Amino acid sequence: MAKIDGMTHSSLIGRAAVTPRSVSPRVRRRSTAAVAVRATAVVETQVDEGTAEALATAALQQLGQTDSVQPKPASRRRTQQRYGRLGIYGFLLLSALFFAIPLYVMIITSMKGMPEIRLGQLFSLPGDPTFAAWIKAWSQACTGVTCEGIQAGFFNSIKITLPSVALSILIGSINGYALSFWRFRGANLLFGILVFGAFVPYQVVIYPMIIGFREVGLYGTLTSIILVHTMFGMPIMTLLFRNYFASLPSELFKAARIDGAGFWQIFLQIMLPLAVPIIIVAVILQTTNIWNDYLLGLIFAGSDNLPMTVQLNNIVTTTYGVREYNVNMAATMLTAAVPLAVYLLSGKYFVRGIASGAVKG
Amino acid sequence: MSSSASQSGRAGAARKRWQWRPLLATTPMALTAIGIFVVCVVYSVVLAFTRTKRFPTFDFVGFDQFGRLWHTSRWLASVENLLIFGVLFIAICLLVGFLLAVLMDQKVRMESAFRTVFLYPYAMSFVVTGLVWQWMLEPSLGIQNEVRSWGWSSFSFAPLTDPDFAIYGVIIAAAWQSSGLIMALMLAGLRGIDSDIWKAARVDGIPTWQTYLFIVLPMMRPVVVTSVVLLGASVVKVYDLIVAQTGGGPGISTEVPAKFVIDYITERGNAGQGMAAATMMLLPILLLVGPWVYNEYVRRGARP
Repeated sequence: MAKIDGMTHSSLIGRAAVTPRSVSPRVRRRSTAAVAVRATAVVETQVDEGTAEALATAALQQLGQTDSVQPKPASRRRTQQRYGRLGIYGFLLLSALFFAIPLYVMIITSMKGMPEIRLGQLFSLPGDPTFAAWIKAWSQACTGVTCEGIQAGFFNSIKITLPSVALSILIGSINGYALSFWRFRGANLLFGILVFGAFVPYQVVIYPMIIGFREVGLYGTLTSIILVHTMFGMPIMTLLFRNYFASLPSELFKAARIDGAGFWQIFLQIMLPLAVPIIIVAVILQTTNIWNDYLLGLIFAGSDNLPMTVQLNNIVTTTYGVREYNVNMAATMLTAAVPLAVYLLSGKYFVRGIASGAVKG
Repeated sequence: MSSSASQSGRAGAARKRWQWRPLLATTPMALTAIGIFVVCVVYSVVLAFTRTKRFPTFDFVGFDQFGRLWHTSRWLASVENLLIFGVLFIAICLLVGFLLAVLMDQKVRMESAFRTVFLYPYAMSFVVTGLVWQWMLEPSLGIQNEVRSWGWSSFSFAPLTDPDFAIYGVIIAAAWQSSGLIMALMLAGLRGIDSDIWKAARVDGIPTWQTYLFIVLPMMRPVVVTSVVLLGASVVKVYDLIVAQTGGGPGISTEVPAKFVIDYITERGNAGQGMAAATMMLLPILLLVGPWVYNEYVRRGARP
């Protein structure tokens, strides 16, 4: 019991995003200043702010911090501040413009006709907005030998993504639970290998995996691509759930054990209901990851199950005659639509997902 | 004495009885960890020393594949591109991410709207990113042409058609995609800084920008490390972006190691050479990440 307890506690250490470990000597000096501030805070209740500031400055000068500047006249400071605010908003708006332009270009290009595109006005709104390119991209564009549009890719991507997301989360949550609450021989070593696996480039393991899947006759099937996504998603999913379960109070687990609950009972009746927020994060993370995958789909899915990203690239690269930029951009928008919708609907969960994707969790 | 012995015996028996369930439940994990990340990795490295073409053979040739690899101009170009791409991409993302995070931290209005705009590219796949930027950087219909039509007729910005600059076009696209992520991580880091630091700095009369640069930034070291690790991992893996945006061209000017390996094991049918290249990709990861993982998860985790 004590051992289990000890493990969860030790794995709690170092979870915080910012640890005070790395405070530089210079900052440490500043924190003595912070103490001075706290001292003056008492004074502040009686005297006005200016006096408190002066007092604090005096205190700091005694500490050897003589480089403080004279307070500027209030009006000048205010004008400076206003220009500063303008600068901040100006820069942020310009950056936002830079980030938004590709999406804008994608949308307007997809709604133009080819003659209008040939005029070469990249940023101008379509004179005669039309969805013809979208319809062509969806149901007529050529993705190699066939010309049935990107719709097949869309349904393939759904067939691949749904089971892969479900399976990888199921396995990841069981792993995380077992690693957080049950000590068993070799657990740490296995987990270490798995975390290392998160950094191994796919290129290093792909060839043996192709050979392996071919040996068992699964290569190029829907099953193989789902298994591949599950295996490559396992490091991050296990890490996500392990860290989450480790942050739960261990008393919860101990109480359940004393009440005689077993491995699966605790998992299904106690831990899984508690894990709903992290499951949402995992669903968002895996859906975008798997939907956006290109390489694994290209290699393992087989020609009948090629995902949308691969079909999209085929549409753009296989051209007979003129390149139809409007159709290309419409197909690109269609492919980006699902992760974009997931992102816009999920908001803070998305940010939490990528933050925990930062391996240290 | 005897009671304590029997007690510990019972506890031991209980523990043993409990053990097989977690072991059984984590079988998929054990199979993946050992099957993929040990056996497959070792198998790849072994094949790098053989004459393997399309199918594996165990006809060992020593370091021949490596010697040939380092005399292949395409591989040398790939490594060079990876270095340029890695350094610039990571630097730009950190710089832009930090700058945006600091500005967002100034209690701006509509913060969530800004965040949404900065971060949405990260939801897009590299294929989408590559295709959009390929279109925007199109020489005769893209940005270059647009700016020229404004009256600046000598304006030249078509990196993807110039072998010397194509890789920078790829870097722009990649930085566009990933800077928002770093902004989000850095902003979370900034929000975690103790507000006393700020009070102290203000009392001290230190200008805000200096506080950010010399006090807050060093305190955010863990966030910076996390960002670099994340970006670094995506640098080594970069493949789809290249395939979609340039296809490795013009010529071999935007080839990268990840694409080199895939091309050699698929269309070129020279897996031995591909595996030698994959081994070279593994080496820096093994040296950099291996000790860190061991220290962080295996050794520390093992201590009760």
